[in-house]
Amino acid sequence: MPQISRGFHGRRSEGPSDRIPPGQHLVDDFPVLSAGPTPHTPLDEWTFTIQGGAEPASWTWDEFQALPSEEITTDIHCVTKWSKLDTVWKGVSLDTLLGLVDHDAGYLLAFCDGGYTTNLPLEHVTDGKAWIAYDYDGEALEPEHGGPARLLVPHLYFWKSAKWVRGFRLQDEDEPGFWESNGYHILGDPWLEQRYWGD
Amino acid sequence: MADDRRLDGNAIGGMMLELFGVEMTTATEVCRTCGTADVVARLEVYMDAPGTVVRCAHCKAVLMRIVRGPDRTWLDLSGFRSIELRSPD
Amino acid sequence: MAGTAVLGRLTWLVAQVTGAVDETPRVRTLLLEADGWPGHRAGQHLDVRLTAEDGYQAERSYSIASAPGEPLAITIERLEDGEVSPYLVDEARDGDTFEVRGPIGGYFVWEDDGRPVFLVGGGSGVVPLMSMIRSSSESTPIRLLYSSRTLEDVIYRQELDARAGDRVEVFHTLTREQPPGWAGYARRIDAEMLREVAWPSAEQPHVFVCGSTRFVDVAADGLVALGYEPLSIRTERFGATGG
Repeated sequence: MPQISRGFHGRRSEGPSDRIPPGQHLVDDFPVLSAGPTPHTPLDEWTFTIQGGAEPASWTWDEFQALPSEEITTDIHCVTKWSKLDTVWKGVSLDTLLGLVDHDAGYLLAFCDGGYTTNLPLEHVTDGKAWIAYDYDGEALEPEHGGPARLLVPHLYFWKSAKWVRGFRLQDEDEPGFWESNGYHILGDPWLEQRYWGD
Repeated sequence: MADDRRLDGNAIGGMMLELFGVEMTTATEVCRTCGTADVVARLEVYMDAPGTVVRCAHCKAVLMRIVRGPDRTWLDLSGFRSIELRSPD
Repeated sequence: MAGTAVLGRLTWLVAQVTGAVDETPRVRTLLLEADGWPGHRAGQHLDVRLTAEDGYQAERSYSIASAPGEPLAITIERLEDGEVSPYLVDEARDGDTFEVRGPIGGYFVWEDDGRPVFLVGGGSGVVPLMSMIRSSSESTPIRLLYSSRTLEDVIYRQELDARAGDRVEVFHTLTREQPPGWAGYARRIDAEMLREVAWPSAEQPHVFVCGSTRFVDVAADGLVALGYEPLSIRTERFGATGG
């Protein structure tokens, strides 16, 4: 039985239960999580690449900006137990990007500046479920939050929404990414509390 | 470039002591990627990600990843070529 | 397995608050009594674990401020977005209990061998350095270069004033605001300041630098530029978040 500390409640607030998954608490700020130095890739060197299709596809920053974009308002849930409601993003739907590539893959592995990777089944990133976001709250996405562009897959834990994303490799198999290969769940559905291997 | 999220290996002293039962910040490691030898306390450490990431201060390669679940810990030490621990006096 | 309490293994101990000292408006020292505490070396830290009534726990590390052999003391700076530090600075009072484990660390640790010691601290990075000053022998020369935002933010100010003299030399820099007639430094730490304060590297002082990542990087780079061997500079960085 751990020692109770009188008067300690933690910095938690509960929020509406239909929007806060089990084990999560609400935050108002936007915590920054990083596993390495923040990359600062100049926009004129930035490209977004999809490998593994019939032909490799690649966009420069300007070409990427010219793709049809959407505004997304969504709740996000970090596996470190914070959730943030009604975040507003702008970016390109993965439906748009994958529609421009001829492929029959079932999975993707996203790769990023800094070496981070994360894996996703295509059924979890299509039909309006995932974007490459480059604006947050009406402004260009800050480097510390993943700018110039990050994945946004809000229905899964936020480690799937890889910062500084630079492309995908389309694959037939689900290859575990940076965290998924060392303890974190292969899918990461917050409503099922899929935090760790075996959850 | 300011990078205030980066800490150093002193910050994982408690976790290492808990997991290995020995003081590890004075251990000497060799990076598998670049071959640089360094003391664990001088490595680069990022602790506010979903897990803890330890990087080589020379080439920035990931040396160690530590993920702590409620009843388990996952350790990936594959970035090290070796770790030299001193025996207690 | 029973009976495998390996030497050095960490176990949580119950610590009781036996006293508190308000060091600055944002910083407080807590005196602790923990049955079974094995003692510590100057420079080490400990982990604190708080548990709410519903079982929620939060854990943070704090440097030990007291000298080995003195009653255990930690000094905590309140981080405004923090979870543990506001509790320890504003809420905890005599008789309250939480858990601690330690001591932790073997690198940022000082053993007094009589050689001169150069200490460089930024903000609450002075805490482990204070443990070293408090434990130093009457003949060990010490220089402390200590950066604070304002005079009001200087932790241990009275004690440092009282200790300052021929053997313990204290150099303050105030980076944000200086009182009228301030004779100390009035800028962020830089190579020139280090050159003026540090012993020549040929005297081979022990060097300990503690503060934020940016502070420690600047100090360590500056000392290397002065000819200090990189490996002779012991550094400890703490984060601006988490608290």
